[in-house]
Amino acid sequence: MAELKKDSSYEMGLHQEQLKGRTQQKFFSIDESANLTYFHSFEVDTNKSATIDALDMTPREINREIRALMESGIGNITVDNPMSRHGVGVGILNRLNLTFSDSLGYFGCGLIDGPNVHIKGRVGWSCAENMMAGTVVIDGNAGSTFGAAIRGGDLVCKGSVGARTGIDQKGGTIIVGGKTGAFSGFMMQRGRMIVLGDAGMNLGDSMYDGTIYVGGEVEELGVDCVPGEMTELDVRYLTEKLGNYDMKAPNGVEKMQKYVSGKTLWNYDNLEPAEKKLIL
Amino acid sequence: MCGIAGIIHKNAGKDVNIGEQMTAMLQALKHRGPDSTGYAMYGEDNGNNVVRFKVAEAADLEGSFDIHAAIEDRVAAVNSRMDDLGAKIVKKESATEYSHRYEIQFSGDMKKLADFVEDIEGVEILSIGNSLELIKDLGDAAVVSEQYGLNQFNGTHGIGHTRMATESDVDIRSAHPYWAYPFSDVAVVHNGQLTNYWTNRRALELKGHRFSSNCDSELIAVYIAERMSQGKDLESAMKDSVEYLDGVFTYLVATKDQLGMAKDVMAAKPMVVYEGDDMIALASEEVAIRTLFDHRIETFDPYHGEVKVWQN
Repeated sequence: MAELKKDSSYEMGLHQEQLKGRTQQKFFSIDESANLTYFHSFEVDTNKSATIDALDMTPREINREIRALMESGIGNITVDNPMSRHGVGVGILNRLNLTFSDSLGYFGCGLIDGPNVHIKGRVGWSCAENMMAGTVVIDGNAGSTFGAAIRGGDLVCKGSVGARTGIDQKGGTIIVGGKTGAFSGFMMQRGRMIVLGDAGMNLGDSMYDGTIYVGGEVEELGVDCVPGEMTELDVRYLTEKLGNYDMKAPNGVEKMQKYVSGKTLWNYDNLEPAEKKLIL
Repeated sequence: MCGIAGIIHKNAGKDVNIGEQMTAMLQALKHRGPDSTGYAMYGEDNGNNVVRFKVAEAADLEGSFDIHAAIEDRVAAVNSRMDDLGAKIVKKESATEYSHRYEIQFSGDMKKLADFVEDIEGVEILSIGNSLELIKDLGDAAVVSEQYGLNQFNGTHGIGHTRMATESDVDIRSAHPYWAYPFSDVAVVHNGQLTNYWTNRRALELKGHRFSSNCDSELIAVYIAERMSQGKDLESAMKDSVEYLDGVFTYLVATKDQLGMAKDVMAAKPMVVYEGDDMIALASEEVAIRTLFDHRIETFDPYHGEVKVWQN
């Protein structure tokens, strides 16, 4: 281990504290199964299918039914008549092929880690918030705060999305087939955002990492967001990524503009990888 | 939080049951605001002016021994003052003890009539118009609709509001919609918070405009009225308002033959729009619009600072 420099802060005793994981020691129990498994993650068989008619169901009933089907090993679930209800398809932590035959409301497919979701309609605000892994593909338009704070996976909207797309994005990829609204990429921290149409004002405001690609016009860049240089790697990445979803940039990916952070967060790159993971 | 909704039929005449449609949409938005529900709906113009007014708050009925006598006195005073100014009352209806609907024939100064009637203690005019019916009361849409018989209301368009009280009291005075006094047939509903309410209110009061509540949303109605009094059309007035109003908001305005929506420059408050050939429906959430359809529909979110106006 490298010698710590004895500067004034060291002399003040700020580096001598012994961190022992006190919170974990206090609350962790080896007898609790939740500490040893990924709670509510199920083994499913993608050869087994089931359909839910959600016409007269509450969001809670829909989510419980999805969970019950997963628990019984069903790997393909179709939800008919979701009727734009809020908060459905959330908290799914395993592989699953999930199809909604119509639109969802707010917070659809939030907090997921692994499923492949297809929504044959529109989604309301905050779709796939905090997504960890998997794919969510929306055929129609999406509301604001699309993909807020996602950490992984692909979130794809074939239509246009509202304001603050990818706010606080921490990883993964957001793809928008049409326009995106104001403050998209606000406080973006990592990951990629691909917008094939126009972007509203304050794009990438206060972002400190990550990459935004825009195929159309940008109304205005936000603070800290600057144009980046498109490389051959970017072109290859965009071609392959869009190809996965049968999408194309209207004027070709070579003509897309790349945007990155023009300012490094103080001490951001000095953090060790493990520490970065804690923060992000 | 609050929920707002609107609907306008373009080619259907005036025989569409918009009361039932508005109730379905507003009931679907109940979770956004259960405190009060209000409607501004536009029906048949039979040549008379429709005056909707209240002479007490619903809560007053439980809080005072002499309120019933006071209500009778106030109604009598309204009748007398209308008569004094030459307004002929041709029809009277009362859904509740405190809420009244008059059809009047009057060709004089409507502002003078409104001021004279509202000068009576406890009396507030909710709306005046040839086709506008503005109804608001405590409770959800099902309760208010039942109370006022709105599920039989035919017309061309309407706007509505479900309120979660944040800036002012839970009472009818603070419920939406707001009539754009003194303009007949203009009403506003709003979801959001206006941060320059008091500054702008004082400026408008100095110009002679009246505010009946302490609800920031009323500022929008009064401001639209102010701009229209200067000759602006609805769309221009609404575009001006996006710059004039500070805060986060989405609001709807309805006139005798138009429905408009405006969104703040931060796009901070929700609005979903369905734009069909014969009908436009708007709401804070798509779940409200879906109560009108049994099939998949295409909807979209308007963008920051956007103003749209539709004609029936």
